[in-house]
Amino acid sequence: MARRPEGPPPPPVVQRVRLRFAKRGRLRFLSHRDVARTFERGLRRAAVPMAYSAGFSPHPRISWVGAAPTGAASEAEYVELALAATVEPARLQAALDAALPPGLDVVGAVEAEGAGLAERIDASRWVVRLPGVAEPELRGAVAELLSRDVVEVERATKDGRRRFDVRAAMVLAVCRAGNDTCAILEMVVRHTTPAVRPDDVLTALGVVAGLRPSVPPEPTRLEQGRLREDRTLADPLAPDRNDAGRLAGRSSA
Amino acid sequence: MSGQSLFARLEPLLPRVRRPVQYVGGEGNSIVKPWDAAAVRWALMYPDAYEVGLPNQGLQILYEILNEQPDVLAERTYSVWPDLEALLREHGLPQFTVDGHRPVGDFDVLGVSFSTELGYTNMLTALDLAGIPLYAERRGESAPLVVAGGHAAFNPEPIARFVDAVVLGDGEQAVLGITDVIRAWKAAGAPGGRTELLARLARRRLVYVPAFYDVAYRPDGRIQAVTANRDDIPARPTKHTLSDLDSWPYPKAPLVPLAETVHERMSVEIFRGCTRGCRFCQAGMITRPVRERNIETIGAMVEAGLRATGFNEVGLLSLSSADHTEIGEIATGLADRYDGGNVSLSLPSTRVDAFNVTLANEFSRNGRRSGLTFAPEGGSERLRKVINKMVSAEDLVRTVSTAYAHGWRQVKLYFMCGLPTETDQDVLEIADLAREVIRAGRRASGHRDIRCTVSIGGFVPKPHTPFQWVGQASHEVTDARLKLLRDTVRADKEIARAVGFRYHDGRPGIIEGLLARGDRRVGAVIERVWREGGRFDGWNEHFSFGRWESACAAELEPLGVSLDWFTTRERDEREVLAWDHLDAGLDRDWLWADWQEALRETELDDCRWTPCYDCGVCPTMGTDTQIGPTGRSLLPVVGVSAGSPVVTGPVAAEAAEAGAGAGPAGDLRLDPAAVGSGTPA
Ligand code: SF4
Repeated sequence: MARRPEGPPPPPVVQRVRLRFAKRGRLRFLSHRDVARTFERGLRRAAVPMAYSAGFSPHPRISWVGAAPTGAASEAEYVELALAATVEPARLQAALDAALPPGLDVVGAVEAEGAGLAERIDASRWVVRLPGVAEPELRGAVAELLSRDVVEVERATKDGRRRFDVRAAMVLAVCRAGNDTCAILEMVVRHTTPAVRPDDVLTALGVVAGLRPSVPPEPTRLEQGRLREDRTLADPLAPDRNDAGRLAGRSSA
Repeated sequence: MSGQSLFARLEPLLPRVRRPVQYVGGEGNSIVKPWDAAAVRWALMYPDAYEVGLPNQGLQILYEILNEQPDVLAERTYSVWPDLEALLREHGLPQFTVDGHRPVGDFDVLGVSFSTELGYTNMLTALDLAGIPLYAERRGESAPLVVAGGHAAFNPEPIARFVDAVVLGDGEQAVLGITDVIRAWKAAGAPGGRTELLARLARRRLVYVPAFYDVAYRPDGRIQAVTANRDDIPARPTKHTLSDLDSWPYPKAPLVPLAETVHERMSVEIFRGCTRGCRFCQAGMITRPVRERNIETIGAMVEAGLRATGFNEVGLLSLSSADHTEIGEIATGLADRYDGGNVSLSLPSTRVDAFNVTLANEFSRNGRRSGLTFAPEGGSERLRKVINKMVSAEDLVRTVSTAYAHGWRQVKLYFMCGLPTETDQDVLEIADLAREVIRAGRRASGHRDIRCTVSIGGFVPKPHTPFQWVGQASHEVTDARLKLLRDTVRADKEIARAVGFRYHDGRPGIIEGLLARGDRRVGAVIERVWREGGRFDGWNEHFSFGRWESACAAELEPLGVSLDWFTTRERDEREVLAWDHLDAGLDRDWLWADWQEALRETELDDCRWTPCYDCGVCPTMGTDTQIGPTGRSLLPVVGVSAGSPVVTGPVAAEAAEAGAGAGPAGDLRLDPAAVGSGTPA
């Protein structure tokens, strides 16, 4: 006879809060699972009134959107929390940020409104530092990549080894010189399946132009959002933020 | 300049190794203190992978105690995997600490905690990477003092040449005592150099210094005598025993790893020591007497730890947790306190009795009842008398029936193979027990779909136990008996599909046996294995029996001894054992008498409930068994509510103020401590 958890069902969700957070410095080596675990513990330490799933092993209801890969830093990661009590997003941001290790930094919080977060994100802007690579070399390789119609790379994904096109996801790529021993690549990449990551672009540069940095490049995601006509990205939390002031109205009701 | 962070040079290597997050530090509650302000600096090592080493309680306790001293700095270091080891060598980088990424060679002390002997080769890797000479006698004045501790260090003779000193027993007070001596010696300008420092530590009875003792051998290879070569130190160094665990509630702020580790939970040690008297159990013998923490301290440690970490699982640790005199109240009290709060509690206990099932039920009120483990250890009644595990087949059947009746779906039974006096028949009786268990489960649950896992470990005789004299069963014998057992179960249609088997081949156990009961001559074997690439011997994929065998042949056989000589050979009463000069408190005559009792299949009661049987520990160590019940109770915790585990911080308070009070998260109170307990930097 199967046992069932006793007692009342978990309390309902009364509020959703969306967070933007950064993964910085040495914490860029966290995998998505590491980030998720650390977040759950931080939420408990900060005593955030999370809503939980039902069942024998209730989980806090957290929705992640496309995570930056292990080794990549990010200024623009997003997550949505379902809460069992209403809170002021700014207070939640401060409390959670204090409970997370330095390097996982909560940089924005809004009460969720309207469309799902995932629907507001279809591209990322990245900057990649390439120590040991000269800018002209990088520029040549990038020009070569952009001149092709299709550039396929291979990588192990969670569904096994896959071969996929990098070129079609590339929206924009700009090269700069950092200093004499470091070139910088800034790019906008469309989210495709499987997601084209900075290391895939670098593999592609190796394929088309033999670019093989001797020191591992350091990628940082600067922005995520919906791609506009002018190839800039729309802030995915802006529509929620436009509704500011609503919380005060509700909680006094 | 010493103590400088190597992180800038390390960082470019990290994208090239597996799971780089294990090397970056930054764990919750970790500490990086300024280097120059510290008078004494400790590097604490757990000689295994980070995922295994980080949760180690011993290391976390010492880390916190040392860092609480204003002028002491302690950082942690773990074994690096071969991929990073190769890169460190290629780029000329040393073994580093994960806290400040400082070179281990710059510290005053390198403390290495051994839970198992299979970590010895990993210590050599760390020493070599750190630029510390492997042999203690070759170390210059600036090299750290290499100090071993942990259970395996109760016979440190195989690593005697590689360590400067050894701490026997509980480390809490010992590390502070060692620190005081080093501080004073440094302040005085390091008079007499390293040797004088070691002599001071030995005179103060803080450590065992192998170099101060000479070993003489007889022509037949046995030890003639181990004698102190100075007259100002004890003839027999003794173990440390912490006598009031309630005054030492560590770790107060357990480390919260960023990387995934083997134990994703917080642990609270509810007592130390065990006097059940299982004759095979080294931990039970060397940690005597039993010293309990009381229910009030335990309750406070659980709550403070949860707040400091954000963990949602708490394990109540000890050698046999169901034996705590207040465990019933602790279980009910904690289950009530965290009821509906998404905090789960676990009690590692394998005691075969119905009360243990009752406790497990309390701890899983609203959780899944997946598996319960019971440890009869020996397959036959006769063998269980030999090992002093007082469990009858009826006890086991009654206990598992209770478990299945309460909705537990799987029972795991733990046994050992290769026990003293064991025959094929003793091992085959494991199959009979499994059959009884399955039948009982089918009766109790009313359906046929019952599973039972039989998990079998090879017995390794350990120092300071009544079995320290026995000949270890060869791996051929162990493997043959296990095959016989497996074939018997498979051939039994009634249970073949219901019983799962877990066992390992017997060869790593033989090497563990060599290292456990080896003497100083085994050091050369360890070194040779390490030079030939031996690393991470506790890991199947890295362990090479062939490498150990050939190193034994090369290093031991010219001396007239061998792998077999150290493992499968039975010792007689008068033989000087390599660890006889180290005092774990146990009276050698009592150990021998208990071994003879084992051969007579005579059981011995627990001295907690029956009169003292003079094992020797209490008078020698000046300690006493400390057990309750104390009459204290679990103190109520302020501000814990249903809904969410620690819903007591500012955010929750906000919610309460904002009028969300109708829900279960309503009765919240402000408690800034819940948030403020962040990373002390
Ligand atoms: S000396 Fe006596 S009371 Fe103390 S642990 Fe030994 S048997 Fe038990």
